[in-house]
Amino acid sequence: MLLGLVKPTSGNAQILGFPISNVEVRRKVGFLPEDFRFYDWLTPSELLALHGRLCGLTAAQLRDRIPTYIDLVALTPHRDRQLRGFSKGMMQRIGLAQALIHEPELVFLDEPTSGLDPMGRHLVRDIIRGERERGATVFLNSHLLSEVEITCDTVVFIKQGEVIGTRDLRSFPEGEIHVRVRANNLRQEILPGLSQWTSSAQLEGDRLSLSTNSMDSLPQILRYLVTSNVDIFEFTPERLSLEESFLKIMGEDQGL
Amino acid sequence: MQLWIIAGVTFREAARRKILWTALLAAAAFLALFGTGMHFQVSNPHFAKIPPLLRSQILSDILQIGFYAVDMLAVLMTVLTSVDSVSGEIESSTIQAIATKPIHRWQILLGKWLGFAAMVAGYVSLVFGGVVAIGYFIGGVRPHGALPGASFVYLECLLVLTLTFLFGTIFSTLTNGVIVLGMHGIAFIGGWLEQIGTVTQSERLVNLGILSSMIMPTESIWRRASYVMQSSLARTLDLSPFVTRSAPSATMMFYACAYLLAALALALYRFHQRDL
Repeated sequence: MLLGLVKPTSGNAQILGFPISNVEVRRKVGFLPEDFRFYDWLTPSELLALHGRLCGLTAAQLRDRIPTYIDLVALTPHRDRQLRGFSKGMMQRIGLAQALIHEPELVFLDEPTSGLDPMGRHLVRDIIRGERERGATVFLNSHLLSEVEITCDTVVFIKQGEVIGTRDLRSFPEGEIHVRVRANNLRQEILPGLSQWTSSAQLEGDRLSLSTNSMDSLPQILRYLVTSNVDIFEFTPERLSLEESFLKIMGEDQGL
Repeated sequence: MQLWIIAGVTFREAARRKILWTALLAAAAFLALFGTGMHFQVSNPHFAKIPPLLRSQILSDILQIGFYAVDMLAVLMTVLTSVDSVSGEIESSTIQAIATKPIHRWQILLGKWLGFAAMVAGYVSLVFGGVVAIGYFIGGVRPHGALPGASFVYLECLLVLTLTFLFGTIFSTLTNGVIVLGMHGIAFIGGWLEQIGTVTQSERLVNLGILSSMIMPTESIWRRASYVMQSSLARTLDLSPFVTRSAPSATMMFYACAYLLAALALALYRFHQRDL
């Protein structure tokens, strides 16, 4: 919708401060569709020339950038081959190059690593880091959460078009921490006292499971348990993996 | 600028289609057959005994058959090459990489239309020119109004192209092809009914033909092309079923042009409104 592929039924939106109906702003935006396809008789050089020209690049800029971006996506040996002989992974790579050749400020990548082998995924991760260092903001849309965890600074969970959670992946202390406690003398009456630090607490026999949002809370939780006469044998803080966070935030699989 | 970039790449895309090369091969085979037939006719000793005026007229009628075949080939080639240009690229998501660039939707559609229009112009010129050349060099006969005739054939192809684009913004590739060729079939039958109605003086048949021309004016355009390429003698002698007995009026041609422009405007609107 932001790039004009789907018409909004109501409301309004802006991209880089401009209404989404303004096509000129797309000179500053790059996009890689999930399943990038194009005329298969073009060579990578011709494809980049076409997309670069559509983005307003001059002939001199194209001469300079086409070899650079083909090299960036490791397709230099194939630069004069027609796309019809390309594998899905190679198409994703040249698709990534067309999304970046005009050096956009904002980049949307839809499943950029799908169909790529481990080498290709590593390459894409490096390219995304390079874009971040160049100053671009990259939106990575992916269901491969391990990729997101390695690549992104911030993750946003969207369910049925609504943002239902965000998580900052840059610093360990932030985000949800899961604590496993094994102890004697655990009682239901201590749970209300934990709620000032925890978002959830569940007691099952000699095991207590806690969730907290701050590393700083851990000593206080520990102190509270000790002063509540709980004999602690194990106190293990674990950060939730992105996949666990995803499952927790999204809830039951609704065929999404 | 964006418009011409799309027109350029579409022309190259269209020119690479196997169906175009197949249509060119079919045209080459037709021209070879046509040229051979013309040669056999001219070199036939019995033919030399026919009075020169009648002889010339028979050759002109053969030429008309040639133009009729060119028209049919050009219309089919136009539909078959362009039928998936819009719907196919939407279905395959190819369009997404283009539509997210700094380009208006109307520039994409009009650019594609111009690309195909240029390719069709090349095809019509080549095959139509081939028939004219065969008629001139082998048969020694020159058609009346070859240029306006070719222009009308081109107009007919443009109209078919525009409808293919319009239905491509609404339906799937296969449905689009069936609808456009079906409409062309209706126009064809309607045109013949009108011709028969003219000969048999049946007003109802003529009106039915006119109605079918209003729905799809392609056959009317062809009959206008045929009419401008015939001599008045050909119509008087009426030796061939390809002689146009009832020529569509200039108003009908204006209607066809307005029809084309309206279809193009509707295609641009539909393409602008739809999700890609």
